[in-house]
Amino acid sequence: MSKAKLVILDCWVSPFCMRVKIALNEKGLEYEAQAEDLFGGKSELLLSSNPIYKKVPVFLHDGKPLCESIIIVNYIDETWSSPPLLPPCSYGRAQARFWADFIDKKVFDACGNIWRSKGEVPVEAKKEFIEILKQLEEALGDKDYFIGTTFGFVDIILIPLTSWFFALEKIGGFTVEAECPKLSNWMKRCLQRESVAKVVPPPEKVYEFVLMFRKMQGID
Amino acid sequence: MAESNVKVLGTWASPFVMRVKIALHLKSVRYEDVEEDLLAPKSELLLKSNPVYKKIPVFFHAHNPICESLIILQYIDEVWTTSASTILPSDPYERSQSRFWAAYVDDKFFPALRRLVIGATEEDKKAALAEVVEGTVVLEGAFGELSKGKAFFGGDNIGFVDIALGSLLGWIEVIGKQCETKLVSEAKTPRLVQWADCFSAHEAVKDVLPDVDKLADFGLKLRAKILKALAPTN
Repeated sequence: MSKAKLVILDCWVSPFCMRVKIALNEKGLEYEAQAEDLFGGKSELLLSSNPIYKKVPVFLHDGKPLCESIIIVNYIDETWSSPPLLPPCSYGRAQARFWADFIDKKVFDACGNIWRSKGEVPVEAKKEFIEILKQLEEALGDKDYFIGTTFGFVDIILIPLTSWFFALEKIGGFTVEAECPKLSNWMKRCLQRESVAKVVPPPEKVYEFVLMFRKMQGID
Repeated sequence: MAESNVKVLGTWASPFVMRVKIALHLKSVRYEDVEEDLLAPKSELLLKSNPVYKKIPVFFHAHNPICESLIILQYIDEVWTTSASTILPSDPYERSQSRFWAAYVDDKFFPALRRLVIGATEEDKKAALAEVVEGTVVLEGAFGELSKGKAFFGGDNIGFVDIALGSLLGWIEVIGKQCETKLVSEAKTPRLVQWADCFSAHEAVKDVLPDVDKLADFGLKLRAKILKALAPTN
């Protein structure tokens, strides 16, 4: 067992793991990222600390395990209060939780409908994905970040998923910038933050991974 | 204290709406109960206040709408703060455990329950039944961890996980009767059986959980509507 106080059981390409690392970076916390080989065989530590889902990320605080990325980000925010990731007012917090939950329910699966498709990507899959992004763009409005002027909870939940968008654009034959320019600007803004840039891999690297994964699954 | 600007848009039969009402009863908050007819087309109020999902419950506080039952519960807990009745624990690690198990109810347990009702083939239903029963065993284990020997997941009083799971008890009984099985059984989940009795009898809960026969009758009508919507169109 690692001597580090804060440990994340990690996979470099997982947007869910990226969320946790960004939150830790925002709080200025040191942590150890232990890479899990999701294809070679999950570690004993992963299987014993997340018996229900057996998935990354798992966050260990002094050995106590926490699972599910949004729950972990909430825990980090509540345990280390500065800077706050959620707005101070209850209604704003409810709105932030709503959009984080929406992102979790909708975005990753819609991405999957594109990158997992064999042959031509169905028009419905592309349409659904763009519609979801447009809903998010509407929620963003003219603000710099989802919760107004400061980078926070919703931004942290969404920005990692955007590292997969380049792969979707190549496979699906569209661009997010053309369809959702405000969201595209928000992406660039977030990627300039050190806490994010340190964690989110180059889109080309994610694309390579997706292509390899497609071959493995017999899709390509 | 009567709150004139608190409203719940929902229906008596929805477990997600029941969650919100139980939370408000726990906090002694009076509210206006606006009934949405699930068998009729969706109301203007619902479509306007929840344009993203178009689903109940919608909770209104000072005209601000809030959607998604577990999010509403957290809002209620943060706004009406009385030390006697907190919904989430105050310790961050315990809060994360409560959120994890409430999410398990919504992401794993409830979908399996739903598949048991609308499963197309006998095989689908058999698989769903196995999942539901497995789920109850997992939740029995979670109860052991969280309750620490007390009556509820929340300890001495009902909390986040109690409300998330307990709101499903009426439907669990109705669906169990249809499958001719006790889904929460004494044999496999004795602690949950005891917990279910305590929960159902709680002051904040007993007027919210509906009569099981009335729910069964409504269930048949709702099932017909769902199956019709899922049927392939020619």
